[in-house]
Amino acid sequence: MTVAVRMTGIAKRFGDCVAVRDGSLEVAAGEIHALVGENGAGKSTMMRILAGIYPPDAGTVEVAGGDVTGWSAAQAISASVGMVHQHFMLVPTLTIAENVILGREPTRGLAIDMARAEREVAAAAERSGFRMNVRQLVRELSVGEQQRVEILKTLVRGARILILDEPTAVLSPPEVEELWRVLRALRDDGGTIILITHKLDEVTEISDTITVIRAGRTVARFPTAGTSPASIARAMVGRDVVLAGDAPLASRKATVPAFAPVLDVRHLVVAGERLSRAVDDVSFTIQAHEILGIAGVEGNGQSALIEAIVGLRRAPSGEIHIAGTNVTELSVSERDARGLAHIPEDRHLRGLVLDYSIADNLILGKQRAYQNRGGALDRGRILDDARAAIAVADIRPSDPMLPARALSGGNQQKIVIARALARQNFVLVAAQPTRGVDVGAIELIHARLRAARDAGTGILLVSAELSEILALSDRVAVMYGGRIVAIVPRSEASEEMLGPLMTGART
Amino acid sequence: MNTALAFLAQTLRIAVPYLFAAAGGVLAERAGIISLTLEGFMLGGAFSAMLGSYYSGDPWIGVLCGIVGGLAFGMVHAVSTIRFKADQVVSGIAINLLAIGLTRYFLKLVFGSSSNSPRVAGFSAGTSSTALVTGLLHNPLIPIGLLIVPAVAWLLYRTPFGLRVRAVGEHPEAANTLGVSVKRVRYAAVALSGALAALGGAYLSLDQHQFTDGMSAGRGFIALAAIIFGRWDPVRAGIACLFFAAAETLQIQLQGMQAIPSQFVQMIPYVLTIIALVGVVGRAVPPAALGRE
Repeated sequence: MTVAVRMTGIAKRFGDCVAVRDGSLEVAAGEIHALVGENGAGKSTMMRILAGIYPPDAGTVEVAGGDVTGWSAAQAISASVGMVHQHFMLVPTLTIAENVILGREPTRGLAIDMARAEREVAAAAERSGFRMNVRQLVRELSVGEQQRVEILKTLVRGARILILDEPTAVLSPPEVEELWRVLRALRDDGGTIILITHKLDEVTEISDTITVIRAGRTVARFPTAGTSPASIARAMVGRDVVLAGDAPLASRKATVPAFAPVLDVRHLVVAGERLSRAVDDVSFTIQAHEILGIAGVEGNGQSALIEAIVGLRRAPSGEIHIAGTNVTELSVSERDARGLAHIPEDRHLRGLVLDYSIADNLILGKQRAYQNRGGALDRGRILDDARAAIAVADIRPSDPMLPARALSGGNQQKIVIARALARQNFVLVAAQPTRGVDVGAIELIHARLRAARDAGTGILLVSAELSEILALSDRVAVMYGGRIVAIVPRSEASEEMLGPLMTGART
Repeated sequence: MNTALAFLAQTLRIAVPYLFAAAGGVLAERAGIISLTLEGFMLGGAFSAMLGSYYSGDPWIGVLCGIVGGLAFGMVHAVSTIRFKADQVVSGIAINLLAIGLTRYFLKLVFGSSSNSPRVAGFSAGTSSTALVTGLLHNPLIPIGLLIVPAVAWLLYRTPFGLRVRAVGEHPEAANTLGVSVKRVRYAAVALSGALAALGGAYLSLDQHQFTDGMSAGRGFIALAAIIFGRWDPVRAGIACLFFAAAETLQIQLQGMQAIPSQFVQMIPYVLTIIALVGVVGRAVPPAALGRE
């Protein structure tokens, strides 16, 4: 076996935060190697060190047998190591060709030889089986297309070791299949691929070897063949985990009794930016004791639908009723007062004030309930309630005065969910409730959502994770191009059945 | 006919310092560094150009000294914002105040005057009453100023440096992962913006054959408004400069008439500026990384 990459004893800290304390990795040439671990385990940091984005504080990095510790991004690129980042490193205002040639522009005289650049990029795209117009601006591309540009960037630079950080987080099932096809072709062509992920089904499907990182340390390495998802999850978390897909359907209520709908959306239309109508004549109802999951590739109107329902965006036509009240013209707080709770899809943008303490974040929006007679906030009661909520939601660390910024993504999300579920609601809008959250926290969040459903709340679940939709929903709707193209009971829904609907391949 | 030509000629003369400053400012802003500094760069350029011309007797040496002065001011701003990560707005204001203070100090030190320098060798043949074409050609900085805008557009859109400037101002991390040095590109862009804005200042002092205290008189801020009005595109910013210059010309010519109170006439350029900015501001999208590290 030729070793393509060997990292040993890697340590890296950012300020007071230790990202990696003892990381090691050994990747054979010509394999697909999965690097798995919970959020914040240090996977991305390890790979950025390998790609030369920052140097390690300790440890050595070897590529193809040579010591390259502390090299620069430019050196890594010229040594055929390429990285596709989780958050794409593309300049949206430049064209595909400009993004690809940036940093190694072909010139004629003093100017860029744009004709040659476009020709070369188009030829490289063709070789990789990508269909794209290289003159198109990147901001006009779908996320799947943007990812292909990212891969193209590394291939044009001659990458033989390709690192992909959570590449499937934003892709639809057919796009994921397409990505696997490209990666397998690269491997069969002699390339080495390192895949960062925390999705276990992907690991078992695509990888040849697995390395597990937990809390900054490499804890396990095994061949994929013959390893079960449960044992990978145990290595990641350090204990047994109930995986989302394993939750038995039988644990649901066998028959959902008929209730009046708690959420009734009628012919809703929301204006959009890219599409003329982000939400186009959408109608559905949700009963009490029911979770309606909305599946769909991101950018098909889910965000606009959520914003219209919770009152952040005006709907030019259509009606929204909560528990029998028409709330179409009401403000966010008036809807809240009528029993609507919201877990926003972007917790940093809408869910938290990062510099506020956990306690203050927990009362955001209901601060008036915590005023004492003088009009000031009742600190004592806020802290008491915060301690109780922290215990129930298992927020770690448990000090209510810590700023939300100091917490990991999973624990931040627990704050948002604890706030939304602090009281009994008629309707809960849960948008991407476990995005960027590790398996341990996912288990806990799913349990809380099920408990809220069993207590009578009607939940609208919007998730880019099909497995999450299938694990939680009682009914599944598919959104494509701003429309609901299908609503089916959970028993009739499957990945094979929903995939084509999500991409508009079937309607 | 004659008045129309005179109007055009005066507009061009007024536009030249704006064009230099805006062309420089576009470069820095597209690289992600806020150009509140243009005013200070111009004032510094005006003073060092006068000084060069005073000691050498040659206005071209003055131009060269103006460029060097602008580069120096540009590097101070670049070092404080890029190397030491100072807030760009605060550093920009400091640069402007520093330029006022330094020029005043050296004016007193070298010439013993608190208002103006002695007369130095300059470019223009004299008053604006000179014949149109010869008047414009007498000062070589006028044709250079008109050409600087297409030159900067070419630099920004056609060269590797320009591509990197646009990438660095929009998504510095992306440029960094491709081995493009964000710092180096920003240093170069800010230094160039200092040199270009200083040429605008040099035009002022060499046109009037002397330096007067605070002679940039807010032109750097008008140039910044033109950049925003032109949505960070050099050609559109250049057109905005011409528009502001035309408004100023109109004001000057209307002042000659007694019909309208002069206070109202003097407001014209500023009122037009505000109207123009309000009209576009909703659509103006600055470079995404402007003002950020």
